[in-house]
Amino acid sequence: MNRLFIILLLILVVPSITFSQQTPQAFAGAKIIPVEGEPIPEGTLIVENGKITAIGPSSDVSIPGDAQTHDVSGKVIIPGLVDSHSHIGSGDGGDRSSAMHPDVRILDSIDPRSDTFKKALAGGITTVNVMPGSGHLMSGKTAYLKLREADTIEEMLFVDDPTNGVAGGLKMANGTNPIGEGPFPGTRAKSAAMVRELFIKAQNYKQKLEQADGDTEKMPTRDLGMETLVQVLDGERVVHNHTHRHDDILTAIRLSEEFGYRLVLHHVSEAWKVPEEIAKAEVPASIIVLDSPGGKMEATDIRYENGAVLEEAGVTVGYHTDASITDTRLFLRSAAFGVRAGMSRDAALKAVTIANAKMLDLQDRVGTLEEEKDADFVILSGDPLSTYTRVQQTWVEGQKRFDISNPDDKKYATGGYKVFERATQNHHHGRH
Amino acid sequence: MKKRISLILVFTLGLISITHAQLAVKADTIYTMAGSKVVDGVILINGEQIEAVGSSSDVDIPGNYEVHETSVATPGFIDARSVVGLAGIYNQDQDQDQLETSNAIQPELRAFDAYNAREELVKFVLGKGVTTTHTGHGPGALASGQTMIAKTAYNTVEEALVDSATTVAFTLTSGVRRNFDKPGTRSKGMAMLRQKFIEAQEYAEKQNSDDPPSSNLTLQAMADVLNGKLTAMITAQRAQDIMTALRLQEEFGFDMILDGAAEAYMVLDEIKASGVPVIIHPTMVRTYGDTQNASFSTAGKLHEAGIPFAFQSGFEGYVPKTRIVLYEAAIATAYGLPREAALQALTSSSAQILGISNSVGSLEEGKDADIVLFDGDPLEYTSHISAVIVDGKVVKGN
Repeated sequence: MNRLFIILLLILVVPSITFSQQTPQAFAGAKIIPVEGEPIPEGTLIVENGKITAIGPSSDVSIPGDAQTHDVSGKVIIPGLVDSHSHIGSGDGGDRSSAMHPDVRILDSIDPRSDTFKKALAGGITTVNVMPGSGHLMSGKTAYLKLREADTIEEMLFVDDPTNGVAGGLKMANGTNPIGEGPFPGTRAKSAAMVRELFIKAQNYKQKLEQADGDTEKMPTRDLGMETLVQVLDGERVVHNHTHRHDDILTAIRLSEEFGYRLVLHHVSEAWKVPEEIAKAEVPASIIVLDSPGGKMEATDIRYENGAVLEEAGVTVGYHTDASITDTRLFLRSAAFGVRAGMSRDAALKAVTIANAKMLDLQDRVGTLEEEKDADFVILSGDPLSTYTRVQQTWVEGQKRFDISNPDDKKYATGGYKVFERATQNHHHGRH
Repeated sequence: MKKRISLILVFTLGLISITHAQLAVKADTIYTMAGSKVVDGVILINGEQIEAVGSSSDVDIPGNYEVHETSVATPGFIDARSVVGLAGIYNQDQDQDQLETSNAIQPELRAFDAYNAREELVKFVLGKGVTTTHTGHGPGALASGQTMIAKTAYNTVEEALVDSATTVAFTLTSGVRRNFDKPGTRSKGMAMLRQKFIEAQEYAEKQNSDDPPSSNLTLQAMADVLNGKLTAMITAQRAQDIMTALRLQEEFGFDMILDGAAEAYMVLDEIKASGVPVIIHPTMVRTYGDTQNASFSTAGKLHEAGIPFAFQSGFEGYVPKTRIVLYEAAIATAYGLPREAALQALTSSSAQILGISNSVGSLEEGKDADIVLFDGDPLEYTSHISAVIVDGKVVKGN
């Protein structure tokens, strides 16, 4: 092989593999909003090996000699957005054979190449809780995903072992969506009874496990659904509960208290009617902004003010896209609408970052810009809560995943002919 | 607890404020949409009409006028294509009257026979600055029925009506076949419409003969499209459906508005040449089905091409049950549409396309006193509507 060819090969291939991993990258001159701590008017962010190694005022942060420096003066840097409730990735969930599928994992059905991920990156989203639908009391196990470049779902997970690790939460729903003809419950009271019955079974299963104490002779027969619910009872797996009406919210809280599991309320359309009760239960709320109320009976009393009312009550409150119910490209708009309806800027920005990270037990990895956290961040053209601001770049663990100056990326921000060819509306809410 | 009660009061959109015959709006900026914006301006309202508009140095406020001070004032927004009032908030059978599925061609269905002036969504969009709505039958049938124009701030259709019959809503999308056994294809749908227009031509001819036909509501409505009493509003999203709509217009020569037009950016020259105005799909329309190829930048491209267009809330089958034209325009401004062009598409252009620009769409002496008051940039996410004025009556914004 001739020498020139080898040199060319080295120049072309080596940097793309190693430099982006190894070389420190410095982002200098931007206004940095770390979300935890005060905004830095003119700051520098340094990332290396997928982690944040330094952040602070440009005057205080020294850029390593070997760093690749990006001049981002005039821009605004915020943490990568965390979406606590989404249906991107073309996954599915439980089927119609039962109202409860604690055995089912959505990660077995997600398409890592789905362009819905590219659409989300165009909106600055870097971490997502991908959930099965709300047409079941339990529709399956959710998956917490990092929007890395990936050919396999394993490369997107936060856990190394998808089978033995806890890769997500458990999706539950109450109210009208899971109600239907057998084997689905016909009423709200029956819904609660079915859930309680299954959790009592899980308590018994857990007791047998504990009594067996590792003795294979005494172990109960393996049951995937029961194993999931034991994780829930042990607090290792969080329940993400779809709920709209105020009485359904209280039912979700009641069941979580009876069985002592960790709960995140989702949608919570009538949160404004029971903010003190939610606060007292110390349950976080992942809420949605809908431009208008209605479309289903349970959402006729949804209010823009939910975020402000929950903040005032002291509840940890996050926004979610429920994609494709709202557009992942416009996730920051939900935070802005929270502010429009009385929420503080600080709480609104937390609501699309660290508050959601906490709901997914990922607060040590993502949600703020702090040293040692994952290098997930978004470079914006201006204020995060302005209509006119556009996402310029989205970085995930030190890798650039969206760049508006690249037409192949920009098309996912704008849309157009055959851009979303693979993005089908395959998510069903409620009966089908 | 006190906070909760006051919030509930705020949430309850109070329609009935005190009716004032004489009002003055003082604004840092008035977008009159008739000429350039007025800085430090005044709008005088006497009864239901605007009495004067100008800079505060030119327009004196009489002492007995109730003064409303605000940052920005715009004309009331005109939602160019909605179904509110026919499609209700609950999304249950009993409040969904936007689509009748017994027959694919029913242009005789009158919107005002189904319009619920007290519908919560009508009052909701009023709080978002929509003072006039072009509403009625939705997309989904070849000819789903008629549309009407109403002011949003009244409790009976009779008081609310601006125009009782504005368009017949036609649909040329792949969605039609989901609602009917026939047509089952695009080509069949077009053949059925052409056949019905030909029947209507013959019907109209016979009406002038010695042997007039017995009255037929369907053919009369089609004939009214042909004779210009009604406009044909044709919903088409895919480029080939847009071209089919233009072909139909060319064959029968009726007045037409193109509705939806998700792939308009592929056939801008053809739309421009046809002279047909566009009511563009909601900017945030979901990108699947016929609107899969929708783009945030289409409104900007229509503007650039010089094609008259307006914003719509459209039809939503799930949540949110209606969209808000102001919000749809706002997204378009982040993707290439100049701000004033966005305001124009919400007001004066919409009025012109719907044929109501003599009374609404701009802030000028003698026009209806329909005004939206903002505490900041109307298109900014975090701005608030402090009040909406309809025919001189003040309503709380939300």
